[in-house]
Amino acid sequence: MVPLSWYIVLSAVLFSIGVFGFLVRRNLIMIFLSMELMLNSVNISFVAFSHYLQSMTGQVMVFFVITVAAAEAAIGLAILIVFYKNNPTLNSDEINLLKG
Amino acid sequence: MFETINMKILLPELILICTGLAVILLDLVLRKKETVAFIGVAGALLSAYYNFSLMSLGWSGAVFQNMFVLDGYSSFFKLIFYISLIITIFISLNYIKTERVSSGEYYSLLLFSASGMMIMAGAADFMVLYLGIELMSLSLYILAGIMRERRTSNEAAIKYFFLGAFSSAFLLFGISLTYGLTGTTSIIEVAEALNRLGPAGRNITLIAVIFFVTAFGFKVALVPFHMWAPDVYEGAPTSVTAFMSTGPKAAAFAVMGRVLFYAFGALQLQWSAIIEPLSIVTIAVGSILALSQTNIKRMLAYSAIAHAGYASIGFLPGTQEAFAAMINYLMIYIIVNLGAFAVVVIMRREGIMGEELSDYSGLAKKNPLVAFLMLIFMFSLTGIPPLAGFIGKFYIFMGAVEAGYTKLVIAAVIFSAVSAFFYLRVVVYMYMKEAAEPSVLIVPHSVKLVLAFTSIMAILLGIFPSVLLDFARASLLG
Amino acid sequence: MRDGDAIRIDIYRWIVSGNFSVSIGILIDRLSSVMLIVVTSISSLVFIYSIGYMHGDKGYARFFSYLSLFVFSMLMLVLADNFLLLYFGWEAVGLCSYLLIGFWFEKKSAADAGKKAFIVNRFGDFGFGLGVILIFLTFGSLEYMKVFSGAGAALGQTVNIFGHEVDTITLICLLLFCGAMGKSAQVPLHVWLPDAMEGPTPVSALIHAATMVTAGVYLVARCNPLFSLSSTAMTTVAVVGGTTAVFAATIGLVQNDIKRVIAYSTVSQLGYMFLALGVGAYSAGIFHLYTHAYFKALLFLGSGSVIHAMNNEMNMQKMGGLKKYMPVTYATFMIASLSISGIPGLAGFFSKDEILWRAYLAGEGSGRILWMLATAAAFMTAFYSFRLIFLTFHGSFRGSAEQEHHLHESPAVMTVPLMILAVGALAAGWVGIPPLLLEHGDRIGEFLAPVLGHPAGEGLHSEEMMVMGVSVLVSLAGILAAVIFYIKKRDLPERTASAFKPVYTMLYNKYWADELYEKILVSPVLRMSDKVFLGFFDGRLIEGIVNGIPSFIGSFSRGLRKMQTGLISSYAFMMAAGMLIILGMFFFF
Repeated sequence: MVPLSWYIVLSAVLFSIGVFGFLVRRNLIMIFLSMELMLNSVNISFVAFSHYLQSMTGQVMVFFVITVAAAEAAIGLAILIVFYKNNPTLNSDEINLLKG
Repeated sequence: MFETINMKILLPELILICTGLAVILLDLVLRKKETVAFIGVAGALLSAYYNFSLMSLGWSGAVFQNMFVLDGYSSFFKLIFYISLIITIFISLNYIKTERVSSGEYYSLLLFSASGMMIMAGAADFMVLYLGIELMSLSLYILAGIMRERRTSNEAAIKYFFLGAFSSAFLLFGISLTYGLTGTTSIIEVAEALNRLGPAGRNITLIAVIFFVTAFGFKVALVPFHMWAPDVYEGAPTSVTAFMSTGPKAAAFAVMGRVLFYAFGALQLQWSAIIEPLSIVTIAVGSILALSQTNIKRMLAYSAIAHAGYASIGFLPGTQEAFAAMINYLMIYIIVNLGAFAVVVIMRREGIMGEELSDYSGLAKKNPLVAFLMLIFMFSLTGIPPLAGFIGKFYIFMGAVEAGYTKLVIAAVIFSAVSAFFYLRVVVYMYMKEAAEPSVLIVPHSVKLVLAFTSIMAILLGIFPSVLLDFARASLLG
Repeated sequence: MRDGDAIRIDIYRWIVSGNFSVSIGILIDRLSSVMLIVVTSISSLVFIYSIGYMHGDKGYARFFSYLSLFVFSMLMLVLADNFLLLYFGWEAVGLCSYLLIGFWFEKKSAADAGKKAFIVNRFGDFGFGLGVILIFLTFGSLEYMKVFSGAGAALGQTVNIFGHEVDTITLICLLLFCGAMGKSAQVPLHVWLPDAMEGPTPVSALIHAATMVTAGVYLVARCNPLFSLSSTAMTTVAVVGGTTAVFAATIGLVQNDIKRVIAYSTVSQLGYMFLALGVGAYSAGIFHLYTHAYFKALLFLGSGSVIHAMNNEMNMQKMGGLKKYMPVTYATFMIASLSISGIPGLAGFFSKDEILWRAYLAGEGSGRILWMLATAAAFMTAFYSFRLIFLTFHGSFRGSAEQEHHLHESPAVMTVPLMILAVGALAAGWVGIPPLLLEHGDRIGEFLAPVLGHPAGEGLHSEEMMVMGVSVLVSLAGILAAVIFYIKKRDLPERTASAFKPVYTMLYNKYWADELYEKILVSPVLRMSDKVFLGFFDGRLIEGIVNGIPSFIGSFSRGLRKMQTGLISSYAFMMAAGMLIILGMFFFF
């Protein structure tokens, strides 16, 4: 049986990878995927806690997170498309019209 | 399980969401687009009516196994949201026509966002809290980018979306840690579990608190989580900026208060120690950066950051009294800020952006009344007695001084004096500079109404401060 | 009110926080009721008068709104039951005064005069503000009741200022008096009041003669429990008052602008009031304030009537012989002048005599000097008042033919207030007849005694008779001198002026006070601001001041702006780094 701490460490590592990817990646799609990684790492920890605590709440939370993530993806990609129409780039370093 | 009588508690939110849906549908059939906006206002008023009649009947309580509550605390914040929503709709009427934004989705997104805030204010469970935050934020992401043809608006939406989602991940991580430690997501039960646990697991709880502060700090724009705010405020449509700098900010304070006070009350000393440096750095950065801005929306964004810093001082003493001072401050701030934004909105005319400070040159000659009202708002934001802004700051500072944060308050007062420079600069432009080109400034009736309301409140709340403060105190009690 | 004590009404608590609270409360006691009579009666007459005077002015509505705001503020000032509310009223009347002085802001001189009043008053109000703060620090409250009842306990406390131990009460009194000097135009802060005559004449009558400028007198009288504890402060008040009384009167002797003469006369009379306060005769000071309000308002409104008829001509050398054109104005003006000169039976006589008598009693050495100063001022008062009358109303008309054609008596809406004020100038003093002449005659002194106390010192009847006699003689001598100079021997003024050329020039130029301030204060400051601000900020002075004072904050700000790169990844990095720092703060330090 895999102990709880392993899952938590996995979740933390995945979360950190997600954060790292968010910070260093320059392609907006990759940044977006890094964010999804962060969300799903949290899902892992929720499920692990839920199993460990024998409580359903964590799993319910995961469903909500997945649903919201889907909505977020829909909206995020829509925003990206609108953005791309006016500014044909996906490089986050080129998005600095607003600054200061 | 399913108690019909308790469904009433959800009525205010349900009404608002249904109005939002109705607005989308009616937009397709109605020719006159103002009607859509007025339906939105009617929905908001109806929702407010139900909310406060439920409160006055004493039907406050919880639904869905204590996941959502209707209490004085949430009602006070809901009042802020209603004011923010209705005023935003009023100032949008002409503005979105100028910007050629389609009204159906604009108003419905405002309504959805407002219902998200109401769900946040009433959330008694992290699950509901998360859903509320997302409902509010997702609507705001779209609203920020609703001027599809404008590059700044696109960029604002992109930045807001990515950073917002980033902060949500932190929130979720905090929730998951708390859940793992206490086995529950209910705010009350978390507090009970933490008391049961005692000092055990304090470190993990503290990490969870830090994750929460990061996530909420992003929403209220505390330094260093504030970086999105100026860009998004500048790029978003002005009416949306007005909305974002008031309602969602207050909503974030609502959940922050709920989580810190009710769930993590046991760690009050620790979270005060976190917020203390954040608040003063926020005030400093907000005030200093606002000094060198030339775009008024950006300046007001930094001003909003500074005000978030002042408000967060209200958390530090960890007492009910200080918290009452904080929500009192928030109410005053949003009213005055909406008034200032109403002026910014009418400066945008066909062919004139009206966002630069220099556009305000000679406003006093062009339209003395508008210039005078803007002067009142700027004075109030600065905190000049006897206007409302002074009262807000005064109570926040007094609370902090009594709790022993004297140095912090002295620093805050100094930065408050610094802030006078950029607020009064607007006044200088309006009164002491000549207008570059003659152009008429037409104030639509809806905005006149808003200006009248906000300026009267800015003065009245300054002269009779106890009314609002007593209301805030009473709200916290029940 | 007659035998009741003070009425104190707390309208509501404005701010309550812990043990700090500020209430909006009013206090009606005998002192404020005297002030109320002055403020309300004069202001209602001025309102009526203004209907005629301001008729046809394009700022008609603006004028009345400012004036109403002024009356509101003045009433707040008088009725306040704590120093904060007093301060509010104090600043608010000041604001209205600047607005009204600069009422015709298209005229450069009017705008400048408004600015000058504002700046000079800043000096005084700064001291006043500090005084209020010091009161709060010393007594822990701003309410009159608590402060005055705690005054005895605070006696002997000291504050350390730059290594010197200074008596707290004295310091408070001097700071408060600083504010009073600014508002009541005492030397050396008197320079704004004569310039304030640029405002419409009804304003001069109401604000710059009868009410606002007496706020300083009211302040000192109100704080008498504090002042009485500090002999240093009292001496300062008396000396400043006495000096001002003489100083302003000498300037008044030679001015040609009709309103300026009256303005200097106001400064001089205010000096009298402070003199009375300074020797501890608070009720005498308030009594003079009360009678002065009537005859001085009458003088101003009368001169307004003259100016109205002369088509805005204010130079007396261009007037003359107006008696036959404006009989009502002349008659009322005459009553006011007799009153201010101290002719027995009229209002001014009783109050002035009371002050002279109290000054005389104030002590063997200093009291006599003050008395002599005041008596000298009384002589000059009579002289310049009648000089004004003779130049304006007697002799032959010296203006242009067009002006002569235009001469007319003012409409009833203006003359009726004059007549009512004339009754006041005649009879207002009858409430304060010295006991020497009429037993229990000093009704106002008795009335005010519960608030202001009885003045110390008793003198012999013979001495009192002597003081009274001298004052009457001096007044008559002043009038007589004016008759000789301006009626009998018309060439005498010119001969005297050339004979005493240096003195005349000095007086005519008002002791060069304005020039002195210009030299030592205004121009260095301007030069400095020129160099500092214009040098650095390419000529945009306002922008320079607003942006530039914290110039280092500004450059710091521009540096910080660079942090705001506009890049999503750097924003996210800041967030993550911020969170890590907080984590580190708890787990590694």
